[in-house]
Amino acid sequence: MTVTVHKDVVCTFCGALCDDLEMHVEDNRVIDVKNVCGIGRSKALHGDNDKPECRVYGMPATLERAYDAAAEILSQAKSPLVYGFSSTVAEANRVGVELAEILRAGLDNCSSYCHGPGVLARQHVGLPTCTLGEAKNRADLVVFWGANPMESHMRHFSRYSVQAKGMYTPLGRKDRKLVVVDVRPTPSSKNADLFFQVIPGSDYEIATVLRALVCELPLPTLTDDSLVGGVPLSRWRELVGLLRECKYGVVFFGIGLTQSQGKDLNVEQLIRLVSDCNRYTRVYAMPMRGHANVNGNNQVFVWQTGYPLAISFNRGYPRFNPGEFSVIDMLNRGDVDAALIVATDPAAHLPHTAVEGLKKIPTIVLDPVNSLTTAWADVVIPVATSGLSADGTYYRMDNVPIRLRKILDCEWPADLEVLQRIKERVLHAKNH
Amino acid sequence: MAAKQGFLITVRTAKQGNAMERGKYCADYVAETATLTLSPRDYQELALKEGQRARVRSDSGQVLVTCRSAEGPDGVFFLPLGPTANELIGEQTYGTGVPSYKGFTVEIEAAQE
Amino acid sequence: MLKIINGALYDPAQEINGQIRAVCVGDDGKIRDAPPEGQPCETVDAAGCAVMAGGVDIHSHIAGTKVNSARSMCPEDHYDHFKPHTATTRAGTGFTVPTSFYTGYEYAGLGYTTVFEAAVPPLEARHAHEELLDVPIIDTGAYTLMGNNYMVMQILAEEDPVGRRERLRDLISWLLESTKGYAVKVVNPGGVESWKWAQGIQNLDTPIPPFGVTPRQIMTGLAEAVRDLGLPHGMHLHCNHLGEAGNYITTLETMRALDGLPVHMTHLQFHAYGQNKKGTLKSAARELADYINEHPNVTCDVGQLVFGPATTMTADAPMQYRLHVVTGHKWINNDVEMESGAGVVPLQYKPKSLVNAIQWCIGLELLLLVKNPWQIVLTTDHPNAGPFSAYPQIIRLLMDRDYRASQMEALNPRVGKHTVLSQLSREYTLEEIAVITRSAAARALGLAQRGNLSVGSCGDIAIYRVQEDKERMFRQPAYVFKDGALVVRDGTAVQSPQGRRLLVRLGDAALPDDLAQEFHNYYSITLANFPVQDEYTPRPEVIPCKKTA
Repeated sequence: MTVTVHKDVVCTFCGALCDDLEMHVEDNRVIDVKNVCGIGRSKALHGDNDKPECRVYGMPATLERAYDAAAEILSQAKSPLVYGFSSTVAEANRVGVELAEILRAGLDNCSSYCHGPGVLARQHVGLPTCTLGEAKNRADLVVFWGANPMESHMRHFSRYSVQAKGMYTPLGRKDRKLVVVDVRPTPSSKNADLFFQVIPGSDYEIATVLRALVCELPLPTLTDDSLVGGVPLSRWRELVGLLRECKYGVVFFGIGLTQSQGKDLNVEQLIRLVSDCNRYTRVYAMPMRGHANVNGNNQVFVWQTGYPLAISFNRGYPRFNPGEFSVIDMLNRGDVDAALIVATDPAAHLPHTAVEGLKKIPTIVLDPVNSLTTAWADVVIPVATSGLSADGTYYRMDNVPIRLRKILDCEWPADLEVLQRIKERVLHAKNH
Repeated sequence: MAAKQGFLITVRTAKQGNAMERGKYCADYVAETATLTLSPRDYQELALKEGQRARVRSDSGQVLVTCRSAEGPDGVFFLPLGPTANELIGEQTYGTGVPSYKGFTVEIEAAQE
Repeated sequence: MLKIINGALYDPAQEINGQIRAVCVGDDGKIRDAPPEGQPCETVDAAGCAVMAGGVDIHSHIAGTKVNSARSMCPEDHYDHFKPHTATTRAGTGFTVPTSFYTGYEYAGLGYTTVFEAAVPPLEARHAHEELLDVPIIDTGAYTLMGNNYMVMQILAEEDPVGRRERLRDLISWLLESTKGYAVKVVNPGGVESWKWAQGIQNLDTPIPPFGVTPRQIMTGLAEAVRDLGLPHGMHLHCNHLGEAGNYITTLETMRALDGLPVHMTHLQFHAYGQNKKGTLKSAARELADYINEHPNVTCDVGQLVFGPATTMTADAPMQYRLHVVTGHKWINNDVEMESGAGVVPLQYKPKSLVNAIQWCIGLELLLLVKNPWQIVLTTDHPNAGPFSAYPQIIRLLMDRDYRASQMEALNPRVGKHTVLSQLSREYTLEEIAVITRSAAARALGLAQRGNLSVGSCGDIAIYRVQEDKERMFRQPAYVFKDGALVVRDGTAVQSPQGRRLLVRLGDAALPDDLAQEFHNYYSITLANFPVQDEYTPRPEVIPCKKTA
């Protein structure tokens, strides 16, 4: 067998979308991967191998039968939910939104319970930010707050933020200060010049005090020894000094902020802090998006509906209300009577109450691999794997769009095609 | 000893991410997502016997976990995202769409299996 | 075959000024001569109507990273403005930043059929093109940002003048091809790079780090390359110092520096500010109009201010930060590695605000003082000075001086001291409106088949019922045809076809090896993944370059 080498392949695990992978393909299988982290390697080696069986109500079925069943379930539902998309391409996502619109469905994506609060914070205060290449080329101060990229975005440090050698950071790590704020020591904090181990849930308080220090507001009730988030004020002054005196600072924030007490308010205050710093120098913030294309979901939702997540089409036009139209709340309350799940595994990621809500209603799932949801969903449609056997667009955590290529053949269709087939059938049912 | 109260935070770990991409039915994924990390002092106080698991209870449910100790604050327990943690997470999102994945009260004790 | 009869044609390109004539569109979507008698065709009676070519917007922000960031930041812009799903059209929301589908329907609903997205950073071009696939009906194109591009500045710093010129031409060809751009866009040349260094305001001859080239060198170098390549549209220029009192001096100096080169001066209203002794704003529209009147090759668009909500969004990052500081409103910034930046700040323009009132007057003064309408195009720099949906109101302000005077009564009373608008009595004719809303834009863009109703041109036609109230007339066209197909009836979109993407073809220029190495070192994606693939432009239309010496 000959081995084909594909260069500049995009990794589809996390939101850092490293696009310099080298994949070795033999007999239509990835046999080796270079320039990749451990998780990306597992994804490349296994992402197209463990296809679920095409099933309708537990029985093996043809694709045509599965499309018919999916369309029938969705057409008959009064209040369906269309949800997911974090591991599929924007092109499929666009059709997914159209399908939700036709069905007058609820529509949500995985950012809903992940970086969604950061997206809501942006609605309140905006977001001064930059692309990852700016961090690589210019950043002499890098802060990770509630993020542990050494375990979640493994090449982030080396490609973009910490060791990366850029135009004005030719020495890489030596040209930068690295600050980590987290609730416990992590592999990421081990590398830090300054590590702030803070009390869980104190992020809002800390960001508020930091803003006061940056803006030179009086803090009459605090002394240098006063603890803020478990850390003496004098140490926070050190961080403020770095923020004001750096040439170009980037604060990367993780779900340590968005999923902790305060949620969107934590991010809002952090963004205000970063904005304040721009009186003196350039400091930006960037969310450490998890799933590879979850930012793409926000982008597509926004350009088609105006809203990034938590949408309802039940009046025929898009409405937005987090908490009301968020996937977990809708499932917990039993607001939906059928669900179309695309490219995500709710049974692995949602609280058990929401999963139980899903199990009570007819559920259709499109997944390229066996998941905890494919085990029991009513209609299971195996699909090609985005970035291995399906092409299309992903949006990186900094909004840079990159096109995935198809390097393997797959006997199953891509999400895009499946959604189009279901849409055609739904439209047909609607018109007859 | 009596059950110990603490604060549970779900996290990502390299092992969990890696195992997840090899398949959610692989033994490593199941094991890693049911492995709780706590401070050496908390670990000691649990007084687990060799191979003994711990039971974790929240208002929402209860699970059995394997425990390991690592440097970190006392009274805060870390559990990788996954089906085990999902049993413990409450349904309230307080209007944000996000339940308390990070930071809710649990009780932990050595399990009598 | 489509035949429109009994309508009064306004086709300034052919000097047809209200004569009743039939227009026919063949099955190929192109305008053609009348068919022989007896040949079956769909006939539309346009009696009592003005028939014009489809509108052409030369400068609008409708798709891409910063537009979508603005939508995302401003849900309050969407709640009260929505369009439900129908059997033939998609749902949408938004007022100053409508969603992609809604944007297409709203433009077509005003009789516009071709619109250019005005500022796309190369690294994010793929996003703009993907989003434009979801903007229905209208044909679109995108301008590629180059005024703060690292590689452009690097080449401009090279010593050999001949080699420099050739290399810059090659780089621009490669950039336009890779990004599927239509024109070279320059925004605050050098100023965005300075912003990234947290450095302040610069003038035309301030050296910009890291190469020490000046804004003047950037602009002239790029404009010469545009000329040498024979690009259909001139260098599309957003000058330095946007929005600052006294900036007209920079604007004049810029126009003089670029005299004889192909340049389009965009949203000139924002660059036509004089300065009172105390540093406050006054109109310098006359100074700029005088220059334009003496230089018939200069074209501009106005960027007319509209009272009410707006969302400012430009690649001019430092200007956006100033707006954020002045207003306290929420702020997005996005520095783009090696290339550009962007900022977004929502605003509300108020007639009682003296500054806003002066800005409003300046735009109208430019439109009224520039004598030749072929040199000035109607825009609102959507949605910076206001949404494009305000075009009908602006048309009425231009055509109806009594209405204009009545609107001026609502302005801050001190506005008269700083402007000359109240002294201007000119009223636009329908023919002149046709010039500033389609014909002049198409000509400045090098679009021979748009903005006119000549045989062989696109069958993009807007039919307006002639009424006394010109705002009503232009708000709701009776019919709009795209390539001869009915797409709008009484101002409402009835179909959702995909438009074309307007492109230029400059050959298969590759990035030279030394720059490819720089790309490898300093970009965060690989060179192989940079060019926008053909999948993003399924309906391309290549506009030919001009013949060059």
